[in-house]
Amino acid sequence: MREGILVKPYERLEQEQLERIHEASLSILRDPGILSYNKEAVEIFDDNGAEISAHTEYWRISIPEGLVEESVKHAPSVVQLGARERENRLILDGREPRVRFGTGSEANIILDIAVEDFVSEETGIKRSFPVFQRRRGTIQDLCQAAHLCEHLPNVDFFIRTVNIQDEDITEGNKDVNKFFASLNNTKKHVMAGLTNVEKLDDVIRMAEIISGDNNEPVISFITCVTKSPLQFVEDTTQNLIEIAKRGYPVSISASPQGGSTAPLQEAGMLAQLNAEILAGITLAQLVRKKTPVLYGSVPLRVRMDNLDNMYGAPETNRYNIDGVQMARFYGIPCYSTAGIGDSRFPGIEASVNKLLSHLFIALSGAQYIHYAFGLLEGTNTFSFEQAILDDVHIGMIKSMLKEQRIEEELQDSLTMIREVMNTSHKMFTRYARRYLHAGDVIPFYPFEGDANETLLKVKARNEELLSSPVDEIPEEIKKRIFQEFDVLERIK
Amino acid sequence: MVKISNELIEQINENVIKGRRHKEDEDFEGGSVGEPGVEELVEEALKGGVKPKEIIGCINEAMEVVGKKYETGEFFIPDMMASAEAVSAGMDVLEPYLSSTGESMDKFVIATVEGDLHDIGKNIVALLLKGAGFNVIDLGTNVPADKIVETVRAEDAKLVGLSALLTTTMRRMGEVVEKLRAEGIDAKVLVGGAAVSVSYAAEIGAIYCKDAFGALEAVKND
Ligand code: B1M
Repeated sequence: MREGILVKPYERLEQEQLERIHEASLSILRDPGILSYNKEAVEIFDDNGAEISAHTEYWRISIPEGLVEESVKHAPSVVQLGARERENRLILDGREPRVRFGTGSEANIILDIAVEDFVSEETGIKRSFPVFQRRRGTIQDLCQAAHLCEHLPNVDFFIRTVNIQDEDITEGNKDVNKFFASLNNTKKHVMAGLTNVEKLDDVIRMAEIISGDNNEPVISFITCVTKSPLQFVEDTTQNLIEIAKRGYPVSISASPQGGSTAPLQEAGMLAQLNAEILAGITLAQLVRKKTPVLYGSVPLRVRMDNLDNMYGAPETNRYNIDGVQMARFYGIPCYSTAGIGDSRFPGIEASVNKLLSHLFIALSGAQYIHYAFGLLEGTNTFSFEQAILDDVHIGMIKSMLKEQRIEEELQDSLTMIREVMNTSHKMFTRYARRYLHAGDVIPFYPFEGDANETLLKVKARNEELLSSPVDEIPEEIKKRIFQEFDVLERIK
Repeated sequence: MVKISNELIEQINENVIKGRRHKEDEDFEGGSVGEPGVEELVEEALKGGVKPKEIIGCINEAMEVVGKKYETGEFFIPDMMASAEAVSAGMDVLEPYLSSTGESMDKFVIATVEGDLHDIGKNIVALLLKGAGFNVIDLGTNVPADKIVETVRAEDAKLVGLSALLTTTMRRMGEVVEKLRAEGIDAKVLVGGAAVSVSYAAEIGAIYCKDAFGALEAVKND
């Protein structure tokens, strides 16, 4: 099992303030309520005593406080996510601040790094530099991204990183292809959104063929049910209803944008974010009690020059830290957000954005941190090299946040100090070896150099990892899948 | 009388820049609540006999100041949007006076195409166009091609704006242009959104707008 790192959480809010936010969210859900563009959701709420009023294009659902509180109680605190390899299973407990990191987004663009030689006009010296090239993502990229992440030790789960835009990918075959491409290349847990709800049963059946007798589902889903502010979207809400009917784990995410689709202030943002997620959780529990859900907290602030998302904004981190605390208030595992660089390229800006969020969201104790690897330009670009850098940096954060072991270390250390003082060279190096060889210590920064040298080293590392094989799905199972589902031949 | 009307014009100008639609609105520093906003001021000016043309002139001047402030980095998009909303509020008051004098504003039909729910970019464009004095007919999100074509025909609009953020829904833009042309409508079509590129716009016979200012530029060149 992937244990994650148990942290002492950094929290901004007192218990009383959490209760105030909870009450504020409940009062929002009653008035103004949720505007639903999905009819079945309206019927479900209607059957359960919510007040409905019809408008030309949508219904307004005024949800009574009691219904939300009662439903949220049914959401399990422990959500189990399976994987092709049992050691990669995740047991997420909403009451326990145990941190894990994974990938995310559905980036349109892949950033490649080419190497070109340049000659200095002044000295005549030739040097190699990384040159960036942007192109549209394909299914081959998704296969490779899963392959890379299989080899990155700090990736705890895999969410499809690339939007597959091949000509032969259609609305009808996109879901089976994206799940197959991911599952075939990584033995970690795989999560994705659903393009076409009619393909849900195909995807589930395919995953069940792959997982065999494995008890826990090797896949799970994401649905962004609400469009902020407070609107149930027709198709994603239907996705949630269908996933919940089948009892599959699902992250119910909301992404209110402070300054445009939500208040900029911390309190208003948090009350709205929480209301949107609670509305989704309530719906899922009304469809089927005990549906395993993740509290999908993806709040952010917008840029003021163009209203695009600004993941590096201080407020984005603040909102996210609060979101994690809110999820823990309900004891529901938190799907949280960290690691996106606003810049289009790896570099100083991206590193600052990533470090601040990786560190603080980990410190806040989120159980399931998505978006953490390889994302640049908001969520629009995925870079393999950036993912490798993120893996190293997340490794350092995990190492830094490890639980202290003062009790067990102390006696040992005293003995060590006394022994060393009796030697002529008085060095502790010998005793560092056991930590070093257990992999507990990063011996040195693996990609030392100026920005260019670092990228060239990471590029070489990427090539090395991609040429090192992964355990694909066994041939006979693959054969069955290719017979039953519309998976593209070329990713076999 | 002249003095009063000059004062009113000045106040309209000031309140457009402050982005205040009506008296309950705050200005960009959180103040001015309770003082008349553009709506009330335009009303008063019209009652006092100020010519609609003069008011529109003043509003245009104020929006130019706002644009300059944006360019120099003093103002940001939220400021631009608030000012455009204030203009729009004033225009609503002006509208009946304009139609009675036979004047009218150019119509601009705008929509996010079918299957697509992204509307933040489209809303910015719609608001800024309103602020520039267009009669913007905003059909919202997830709008089928037929509804767009129908509206353009019924309103006899000469300008159409389409927004798409998804690579999948972008293709609907081509459909709209085709349907418009098939109906013999030669309205100018502007397209924008993260999925759209200059080459795609050219391919379907539309004008690519990188952002809201690109859209303003394209309609000004009309
Ligand atoms: C005259 O006519 C004109 C002229 C100019 C025009 C114009 C029309 N339209 C735009 N312009 C231009 O002027 C504007 C102002 O300067 C500009 O408008 P923009 O809209 O580009 O810019 C805005 C001011 C700011 N930008 C935005 O508002 C878009 C930001 C991103 C992050 C984004 C957001 C916010 C959202 N999303 Co969505 N979303 C993304 C976006 C990534 C990105 N950076 O683009 C994108 C577009 N989304 C994506 C996805 C996948 C999705 N989203 C979805 C949902 C949402 C939210 C509801 C959460 C939210 C929308 C909120 C809203 N009210 O619009 C889902 C789809 C829903 C649907 N059916 O449409 C969903 C499918 C997610 C899911 N799995 O459920 C990706 C698309 C990938 C693809 N297939 O192409 C995406 C690139 C993010 C990503 N990397 O994953 C110009 O483009």
